[in-house]
This record gives sequence, structure tokens and C-alpha cells, in this order.
Amino acid sequence: MEINLHGSWYITILKDTPLGDIHITMTMIIGWVVLLVLSTICFILGHNLKVHNISKRQAAAEYIVEALNKFVRGNMGNQFDKYIPFIGAMFATAIFSNLISLFGVWSPTADLNTELGWAMIAFVLITYYKIKSQGMGGYLKGYLQPLAPMLPINIISELATPVSMACRHFGNILSGMVINTLIYAALGLASSALLGLIPEIGVWLGAHIPIFEIGIPAFLSLYFDWFSGLIQPFIFCTLTCMFIKQASEAD
Amino acid sequence: MDFTVLAKGIALAGCGIGAGLSLIAGIGPGIGEGRAAAAAVESIARQPEASADIRSTLILGVALAETTGIYGFVTGLLLIFVAPGLFLGKL
Repeated sequence: MEINLHGSWYITILKDTPLGDIHITMTMIIGWVVLLVLSTICFILGHNLKVHNISKRQAAAEYIVEALNKFVRGNMGNQFDKYIPFIGAMFATAIFSNLISLFGVWSPTADLNTELGWAMIAFVLITYYKIKSQGMGGYLKGYLQPLAPMLPINIISELATPVSMACRHFGNILSGMVINTLIYAALGLASSALLGLIPEIGVWLGAHIPIFEIGIPAFLSLYFDWFSGLIQPFIFCTLTCMFIKQASEAD
Repeated sequence: MDFTVLAKGIALAGCGIGAGLSLIAGIGPGIGEGRAAAAAVESIARQPEASADIRSTLILGVALAETTGIYGFVTGLLLIFVAPGLFLGKL
């Protein structure tokens, strides 16, 4: 039973720079594919818009925009309308990156770097709003509340926010990928054991035609790819919205 | 005497035992999400009109509470698949 679990494939384009080796990873390549697909969809949905006699394509685009507006305004109130495109872009990128693994390619969210990037953007936004609402002095003094020795605990809990947001998403997607690989290996073993019983060509058949791999992994993929892949971006964006709202109205 | 094989054996055994222990973290979300589902069922029984709202709040809360269970699972996976390569490369 050969299980092939690996990180992202990469090629090294520059060796021994001051920053180490520079790689181009599969995560980046599939990330560009997701970028192109999303840009194409946005262009198709958003060009040639009319005020009256709208087409079905424009109705679909308006439905998406209204759902996004309702989602962001429900979580953040009405004063953060400038972040609706940002949250929409993050949501769409996360959903497409999760679901692209259904096509048999490596999904970029199975690499922790992707989620850490999104979480760092959210962290910068949250810190900016905290400083804006409390002033720099109030923000730094907030680390010493309620007692001065609480400083390390407060720093850790501040850093735990983006790390836990990233790890939650990453852990769900990674566990789906690992369990799918293990299930495929086990089903391949079972089908080669069954087909090996045929006298002459059994061994070759068992290695090349894994009959048990048809259909059974689809039920697991319903939970790990569809359910998990759609809920986790929703949670990531909801948490980003709630933390920004909470940071901007502290005190 | 050459203790290299013994050292490698102990390192691998440590990885295996650690992976098994780290999955004890699965108890927490099991209990917590069971209680959340019980509260959801009770509130739907009290007010069936709000059931769509209650259902989406339940799903949101479950996915948030699942986090620490996933932390334990990913630690176990790292110990089985990544740690032996790392540790044995140094021996």
C-alpha cells in the first residue's frame, strides 16, 4: 500500500539569495489559476449592465451583490460599506481554492501559507482599528489591563486570533486531503486483493483497475470537500467582520 | 556500542505514542457539540418558526467549537507523517 502524502510540489528558480532559496510552488500556480477563473467570472457577470430590462446574467450578479451586502451589514453594521468588496473577494477566493481540489489538482488552501496570508491581512485591519479607536497610548495600555503581570498572556491572546483563524481553515482542509488519500489507498488495496483472485491477469488488473474506488469516496467527499469547503470560508469571513467591528467600538 | 538503531527506535516510538495521545483532544468537541445540538433541538421545539435561524446558528457554533479538535488531529497527522523524516534525518 503506497501512500503518497506530500506538501506542495515546487521548483527552485533562484538558489542562495539572502532570503534562502526562491521557489515557485504548486500553491502559487493554482492560486493564479483561481485568480484567472474568478476574474473571468467577474467580467462575465459584470459587463454591459443596464438599468431597465435586465438580463438573467445581471439578475444573478445582483443577487450575489445583495447577499454579500446583507452578510457584511448584518455582521458589521452600516458604517463599513467600504469593506464589502474585500470580504467578497476573500470569500470567493477561499471557496474556489477549496473546491478546486474536486478537479484532482492540489488545492492551494492545503498549504498553511495561504491561510496565514489572509489571517495577517485581517490582523493588520484589526490592529489598525484598535489603534484608531483607542489611540496609540490606549492600545499599548490595554496590554496591561487589568494587571501589569498579565502582559505575556495578553500578547499571546492577541496573536492567537489570526493564528487560530488560519489553523482552523487549514486543519479542516488538510484533514480532508489526508483522509481522502488514505481512503483511496485502502480501496486500491482492497480492489487489488479482490481482482488478484482472477487466475491469469489478476495482478495486472488489480493494479490498474481499482473497481472499489468508484463511488465510495464520493460520500466522504460530500462532507470533507463540499460541506467543510463551504462552511470554513463563511466562518473565516464572519470572524473577520466581527473582530473588526469589535475593535472599532472598544470602550 | 552502537546505539543508533536503539535511538531511532525510541524516536519513532515517541512519535507514535504522541500521535495517539494527541487525539484525546477529540473528546472536547464531541461533548460540546452534543450539548449545542441539544440546546438547538430544545429551542426549535419551543419555537418552530425560528428553525432556519436556529439551524444556521447551530452550524456556525459547531464549526467554531470544532477548532480544538482539529488542532489535535493535525498534530497527530504531523507526528505520524512529518516527524519521523525530521527526527530520523538528524540521527
